[in-house]
Amino acid sequence: MFGRLSLEALPHEWYTLGAVVSLGLGGLVAAIFLSKKKLWGWLWNEWLTSTDPKKIGIMYIIVALLMLFRGFLDAAMLWFQQAVLNGTSYGLSADHFQEIFTAHGVIMVIFVTMGLMFGLMNYIIPLQIGARDVAFPFINSLSFWLYVAGAIFLNLFFVLGGDFSSAGWLAYPPLSGLEYSPGVGVDYWIWSLQISGLGTLLGGINILVTILKMRAPGMTLMKMPMFTWATLCSMVLIVSTFPLLTATLVLLSLDRLIGTHFFTSTMGGNPMMYVNLIWMWGHPEVYIIMIPSFGIFAQVVSTFSRKKLFGYSWTVASLIAVTLLSMLVWLHHFFTMGAGANVNAFFGIMTMIIAIPTGIIVFNSIMTMYQGRITFGTPMLWFLGFVSTFSFGGMAGVMLSVPAIDFQVHNSLFLVAHFHTMAIGGALFGIFAGFSFWFSKITGFKLNEKIGKAAFWCWIVGFFVSFVPLYVLGFMGATRRLDQYDPSTGWQSLFIISFVGLLIIATGAFLQVLQLIHGFLKRNENKDLTGNPWEAEGLEWSTSSPPPDYNFAVIPGTNKIEEFHMPKNTPIGIYVSGFVFLVGFGAVWHIYWLTALGIIGAIICVIIRALDEDTEYKVILK
Amino acid sequence: MKLNFELFNPKGFISEQQTDLIITVVALLLIAVIPALVLTFTFAWKYRASKQSKFTPNVSGNTKLQLGWLGFLILIIISVGTLAFKNSHALDPRKPIQSEKQAITIQVVALEWKWLFIYPNSSIASVNFLQFPEDTPINLEITADAPMNSFLIPQLGGQMYAMNGMKTSLHIMANEVGDYRGFSSNISGEGFSGMKFTARASSDRDFNAWVETARISSGSLNYNELAKPSKNNLPTTYLVAQTDLFDSIVMKYGEPIHVR
Ligand code: HEM
Ligand SMILES: [Cu+2]
Repeated sequence: MFGRLSLEALPHEWYTLGAVVSLGLGGLVAAIFLSKKKLWGWLWNEWLTSTDPKKIGIMYIIVALLMLFRGFLDAAMLWFQQAVLNGTSYGLSADHFQEIFTAHGVIMVIFVTMGLMFGLMNYIIPLQIGARDVAFPFINSLSFWLYVAGAIFLNLFFVLGGDFSSAGWLAYPPLSGLEYSPGVGVDYWIWSLQISGLGTLLGGINILVTILKMRAPGMTLMKMPMFTWATLCSMVLIVSTFPLLTATLVLLSLDRLIGTHFFTSTMGGNPMMYVNLIWMWGHPEVYIIMIPSFGIFAQVVSTFSRKKLFGYSWTVASLIAVTLLSMLVWLHHFFTMGAGANVNAFFGIMTMIIAIPTGIIVFNSIMTMYQGRITFGTPMLWFLGFVSTFSFGGMAGVMLSVPAIDFQVHNSLFLVAHFHTMAIGGALFGIFAGFSFWFSKITGFKLNEKIGKAAFWCWIVGFFVSFVPLYVLGFMGATRRLDQYDPSTGWQSLFIISFVGLLIIATGAFLQVLQLIHGFLKRNENKDLTGNPWEAEGLEWSTSSPPPDYNFAVIPGTNKIEEFHMPKNTPIGIYVSGFVFLVGFGAVWHIYWLTALGIIGAIICVIIRALDEDTEYKVILK
Repeated sequence: MKLNFELFNPKGFISEQQTDLIITVVALLLIAVIPALVLTFTFAWKYRASKQSKFTPNVSGNTKLQLGWLGFLILIIISVGTLAFKNSHALDPRKPIQSEKQAITIQVVALEWKWLFIYPNSSIASVNFLQFPEDTPINLEITADAPMNSFLIPQLGGQMYAMNGMKTSLHIMANEVGDYRGFSSNISGEGFSGMKFTARASSDRDFNAWVETARISSGSLNYNELAKPSKNNLPTTYLVAQTDLFDSIVMKYGEPIHVR
């Protein structure tokens, strides 16, 4: 009846029990608060069921920040183990350590960076192109709720027991196969990615179509703001590569569920096939999270230099080149799997070629400052931080793409330092720049710049203190993912420095929270009445802060005030994602009737929605 | 406790060239990175608003400049790319190292969670300890009877994956007598961090003595027993009666896929 889910499977470790209790208490407090203030209806009607991309965007950001908190705690535990507990008997067990870094990777890439990006895009893209909404409002709500279901899946084992995957964020077989990972951990991992990946794919299609089809009259492609261009490229990558992830995960779950042999070592299966497939998605994925930030930085630097972006069309061409090239380089993640010299050289050189358009994007941003009138608002500081970190990260990337060098540093802490430089100094700093840039647009009030700048300085200093030691450790031959290392290597001192860096970063993050609280408390004093506090260019700045539900009373480029239709809110997205959740849940625990129920339920909901004619309401402005 | 920058302290024929390559590539890349950083901070300082220097808000591009740094970046990538291509061949791990001395073949099996080294010509094997003579090309044949691992001795040469049912190869040669750190660099389950070994490059005489001692004083290898999961194994030597042990481990998984 309940498959593998038995009483023994329920949580019994202190940390899972602790999580259950604190989740329960937190939920109780929230429920009491909502009931007292009679806010349930408001929460459900105004937010959870909303099809307004602005509200969906904000919800994405909230969930992603919660996940960031968890990802950060994970990182702190990993670092603490390596810096302080190594060689003592107090440390985490190997298995627990491996579960944590697996979860950390998935959370940071899939749920934090992607979530924050989708949040910003949902809010800003329709505004930037002069649209009232996205192309498919219902699908938008569904994408968000699938993302939430994936996020819940990732944390479910705390509540329902079992364990999480300990096979690394990309779960190479045979380690992730049934033979070496018989538990439910890898299944949780599969379904977390599968469900949120479906949401990402739908979201990608939605935003892609929005940009292509819903631009205001007169906004030709070559007039689009840089963030819109970058988003377009990123969405093209999502639409081209996420189906690959879905297919790969389906094959892996078939291996685990019904005993097929796609990726097993025996019976003609081939794990190398998996490694290829997962990176054919995985490498574009790292660019999916990076490219939007290029766009944000381009807009930030031009706004804060009071200048047009230098070389707009070159930057656009470079973005497109990066997009296309990033689908041709996946093999650089496994030069060391035994391919021939020519194959390795080909993929190595393709990888380096990406550095050319990337370099052009960066040089154009820099040149935009030339003979400008530069002011150093917080977003501009994030841009300068980006140039300082990204140059080194890119350099490390090109080094890794020389196969003969990669044979030495593959899987070392040098590699770890490379991608954290790119993902934090590149993607995340870009998101932070975007937040501080558009914050007043989203909330209608401005944030305290002093706290914002202090937070920036903590992040950038903390970043270097934290990651320079990792580059150095890489040169000392230190491997990633070690729960124990020989004290005689002397690595510990460097790990300690790195941990101090993490604390400095944590201070920066704390200041950011403080900045939010401070801004909220003082929101009436710091109202953004102009709608354009930075005197920036772009349609998003021509409407009020925050914009009305319908973004623009008059669509830019037209001049008549008209009646128009806006989508009604709908809970069907929540229901569908609930049923999809059951599909995954049934598959993890082998409760097949639940899986069947989930499939049928989801299909029925979609049919109900498709037959519903009454999905819009009319807006008449006087 | 002495910090060892293993990548800059190479002791092998391959690793020495890798170190040189790292330094050359870093130097080439700095040619692009340093100007980018210098320009950024110079501009940021020089054109800060409070200084009221020359202001040209409407300049939106310059084709000559664009072509300039396009060409500049292309030149750098061509030079790095050429190096990458040449060294992919020169340092191809599958390529035997030329030397006057006769090469020695050692077979490497990644197990849960230890390394088994088989010396097919000497009928011995060792666990988590690898010894070989200096200045002698070593042909490593690598496979696994475990999740994917990666075999690496940084001071001697690069790494190579160890995979079930497959045979990969790696060629190294130590230039100096010494003990070098070897380990697995690819996560392979619970005992992963304990998959480390000492790689000892010794004189011919010491190597032969070690083999002799192993022959005399070791028990014989029970492979199925050894292959059972175990962690942090101490170095041990064994006698190996079965001459095709390595091949049988590869074949265990069915038709082998040869990654020559
Ligand atoms: C100039 C551009 C870049 C180059 C040349 C480059 C090159 C590489 C190479 C060759 C590897 C594989 C190394 C190995 O496994 O041995 C790698 C790994 C990685 N890169 Fe980059 N990269 C670039 C930009 C980026 C960006 C923008 C991001 C993300 C925001 C990124 C994230 C990653 C990640 C996450 C990994 C490793 C994942 C893993 O093994 O778990 N890279 N990069
Ligand atoms: Cu990649």
